[in-house]
Amino acid sequence: MKSNRILVALLISLVSVNGYATPLSDTLIKRYESISGQEANAQSGETFWNQDNNGRSCNSCHGSDVTQTGKHVKTKRVIKPLAPSVNTERLTDENEIEKWFKRNCKWTVKRECTPSEKADVLKWLSSQ
Amino acid sequence: MKTIVNNVRWVVGTSLLTGALGVAAVGIASADEGKWRLFGGDDDEHGEYEEHRSSKSMPIDNSPERQLYVDECAACHMAYPADFLPERSWRKMMSGLDNHFGENAELDAQTQTAVTDYLVAHSGENSSNRRAKKFLRSVNSKQTPLRITELSYFKRKHDEVPDRLVTGNPDVGSFSQCQACHGDKAEQGYFNDDTVDIPNHGRWDD
Repeated sequence: MKSNRILVALLISLVSVNGYATPLSDTLIKRYESISGQEANAQSGETFWNQDNNGRSCNSCHGSDVTQTGKHVKTKRVIKPLAPSVNTERLTDENEIEKWFKRNCKWTVKRECTPSEKADVLKWLSSQ
Repeated sequence: MKTIVNNVRWVVGTSLLTGALGVAAVGIASADEGKWRLFGGDDDEHGEYEEHRSSKSMPIDNSPERQLYVDECAACHMAYPADFLPERSWRKMMSGLDNHFGENAELDAQTQTAVTDYLVAHSGENSSNRRAKKFLRSVNSKQTPLRITELSYFKRKHDEVPDRLVTGNPDVGSFSQCQACHGDKAEQGYFNDDTVDIPNHGRWDD
């Protein structure tokens, strides 16, 4: 029992310190940081997430609260929550992360995102 | 803690889903009998019934090739049945993913090839599905259509459906939203009238 409590306490403290970062999201954030030379900033990530780009935004499809399901603005397809706190499959597959950054940045900001932007967004997402 | 909550959710969700599927299976079986008795004599409906039967016995494709198609394409839209378009349409579609009906849907080269291979292997020409054959016959051999909704067989099957129930319906939006009215079985290629339930309207009897 005692060891269980210690384990639970340890897990809770880990969550409160690192949010819901996965080993992969940490690795990718470090990689992007080393390319851009800038430290990832979760708040900048959230700002980027919600910024309007000629009527398009990350939140157009995913919503501002990523613990909720989103909906593709055109096809109305339901998108599972991106927040790792409610969807443990998120931020666990590098190919998925890179694929969606590429596709969705081109849709949203009409270009690929910079390593710094990707680091910020990942940092913010991994705290959700 | 989250893990425990998630596990409980999973168990509850699975039980509910199993129950729902059971109820749905019973409902479909009885609807099937009713349709046969009511419409069995009609030629076209007989064809529909044959399709119905074949789709019932049609095994669900659980192959990794289909799973890849579903993962890559159905994240954004319904997994349209590959046999509703000819091979040349899929090849054209898959070579223009950077502008996919106005969206960027790029894939890495390896995935793009694998998805194309799946679509071509299951395209209209390679299908024994009756409805797929009707779609294929309705395609002008000189054209390479990209939208299933523009094929004349599609138009013929939907010509009595008023726009207000589709484009004017906030829960449908367009004729490309097959699943909105045909339900989740549409992704398995099941499009018979008995599963049609138009949001904010109800069942469709033509």
